Amino acid sequence: MATLEQATQLTKGKKRSDSRVSMFTMLLRDRFATVAAIFLTLVVLTAIFGPALMGDRATAQDLMFMNKAPFDPANGWLYFLGSDSLGRSVLARMVVATQTTLLVAVPAVLVALIIGSLWGVWAGYHRGRREAVSMRIADIIMSFPSLLLAVVVLFVFNPSAANIVLILAITRIPIYLRTARAESAELQSRTFVDAARTFGTKSNSIILRHVIPVVTPTLLTLATLEFCFVMLAESSLSFLGIGIQPPDVSWGLMVAQGRQYLQTAWWLSILPGLAIVLTAVAANVLAAWMRIATDPAQRWRLELDRKSTKAFEKATRQAAKMQVKKGND
Amino acid sequence: MLTYLRKRIIASALPLVVVIIGVFALARMTGNPAALYLPLNATDTMREEFAARNGLDQPILVQMAQYFGGIFRLDFGTSMRTGEDAATMALRAFPATLQLAATTMIIAILLAVVVGSVAAMKPNGIWDRCSSFISMTAASIPDFWLAIVGIWVFAITLGWVPTSGVVGAAAWFLPVATLVMRPFGTLVQVIRGAMVSALSEPYIKLARSKGATEYRVIGQHALRNAAAPGLTVAGDLTVGLVNGAVVVETIFGWPGIGKLMIDSIMQRDFAVLQACVLLTAVAIFILNILIDLGYALLDPRVRPSAGARKRRKARAAQGPTQGSDPRTPQLVGASMATTESIRGN
Repeated sequence: MATLEQATQLTKGKKRSDSRVSMFTMLLRDRFATVAAIFLTLVVLTAIFGPALMGDRATAQDLMFMNKAPFDPANGWLYFLGSDSLGRSVLARMVVATQTTLLVAVPAVLVALIIGSLWGVWAGYHRGRREAVSMRIADIIMSFPSLLLAVVVLFVFNPSAANIVLILAITRIPIYLRTARAESAELQSRTFVDAARTFGTKSNSIILRHVIPVVTPTLLTLATLEFCFVMLAESSLSFLGIGIQPPDVSWGLMVAQGRQYLQTAWWLSILPGLAIVLTAVAANVLAAWMRIATDPAQRWRLELDRKSTKAFEKATRQAAKMQVKKGND
Repeated sequence: MLTYLRKRIIASALPLVVVIIGVFALARMTGNPAALYLPLNATDTMREEFAARNGLDQPILVQMAQYFGGIFRLDFGTSMRTGEDAATMALRAFPATLQLAATTMIIAILLAVVVGSVAAMKPNGIWDRCSSFISMTAASIPDFWLAIVGIWVFAITLGWVPTSGVVGAAAWFLPVATLVMRPFGTLVQVIRGAMVSALSEPYIKLARSKGATEYRVIGQHALRNAAAPGLTVAGDLTVGLVNGAVVVETIFGWPGIGKLMIDSIMQRDFAVLQACVLLTAVAIFILNILIDLGYALLDPRVRPSAGARKRRKARAAQGPTQGSDPRTPQLVGASMATTESIRGN
């Protein structure tokens, strides 16, 4: 047990010396999360500035450069990721597609996050009939596979980017609604909310000042994960032909368009798909980090520098082993 | 138990009706099927006749009432495309999807239990980190892309399996492997989280101090308690498999309900679409009830027995408490966000 106490001492000492570690430092402490954050920043920068930098290179056809294989420096940087059957650069098209993809995924996540969270917090705070009705609505939306609903809706209304954002947001609202409701239903019975109520604070300002700040970290983490899901859903829709429509181009659409050339030009669908996977994994890694960084019970892992974390973990393991041994004896 | 089932059925009937009405209305907004089924130079009388034959000349509310009336007589309409009974077509396609989904879920659960338990034995160990990264990646790969990569590698480059079809074990490999990924990745994270918290419980210490083997401690004591959150998530993932099935069945030419649905949307075959939607919704409803029953079997605390009902009433009288619903995300703890995010995808 001695080692465990030592280890606890170690953490406590560290905590006291720098008790408030900024989010940025905590990010740097987790190597995977750092890489993920850098990658996502690059993706966002590409989406903002890429299309302008690429100009008309994404649509320019050059029959001299038909079906060039990727990773061949002889073709120049523009054709580094290969070219399609019309001699268009895959790299330039992917850069432009980044913007389309993010312009669907980010607004969809934001709309669902804001509506779902406010609604959920409101329902959980007031409880009673408002809560019951809200949860029924969430159940109705969730009781059916979202992709199929999106397929039906987008087939009826023309599949413009705005419609895709709308249908993806609507199908994802219940996720935030449920989480926000659960958290706020629990919070509204806490003493600090009771105190605010006793002072005669209006329920809307209690929600705004006391409930929302507490639930925000959880919901933001959820939104990061949801970004992944929404991006994948958009690609699936584009793949089925009812998402982004040509001549616009998104990663999912590029995968779909490249599918028929799979035997001759694999890079046309494999590379854009890889972009989807990398972005999704990065968002997942970042969400996992956020979950730890915003959880007061687990945050110490990131507040310590790496050396002490390792020492602490080793000590905990040894202590656990000793305990097990004691138990076995 | 019967009261409980009755409540469940009433609670699920509303979403079912809303979904059917929604699909009914939306499907009719996709346009007039006459344009698709009659020749271009069809006369107006031919069009009117076609509409009258398929009941499309009635106001939409009358059509809806007729449809609901038909459901009670187990008459789901006939397909405009083939003239066949819509319910027969849906039921014929259903087993293919069911087999695919069942195989996928069995493989995903077995793999996830093994990987998740091993990862939970040493939290933050090297194997834990590897498995968490693998599961995260598996959960974020789009299924249509994975299917294409699979076709490229195994069917085109290596030539081991056919690109589509349902005949022979080789044809099953790619669709199942594609669909397994997401449930596997999510379940590993859930089971690992649940196992970590289960392994730190006092009863595990007791089992160890009584000299139980590690295999028995994990297999008998920890897994049984970690199974409950896993079950909830597995159920939601099975619902989500329908999403995956639409894409995977389209790519591999699998004659399941997902492909039938997409085809009937594209062909404006309303009756078949509605029959498929109804069948899927009923299947999901039955699945949810089975999960609740399984939950009650695993965890005696949520068994809706007389004692539990009394306790619940007492608790309700005390005021609102959290966690009285066994399916609130708090149960899973660390993997909460994951659980919530995949609910009914």
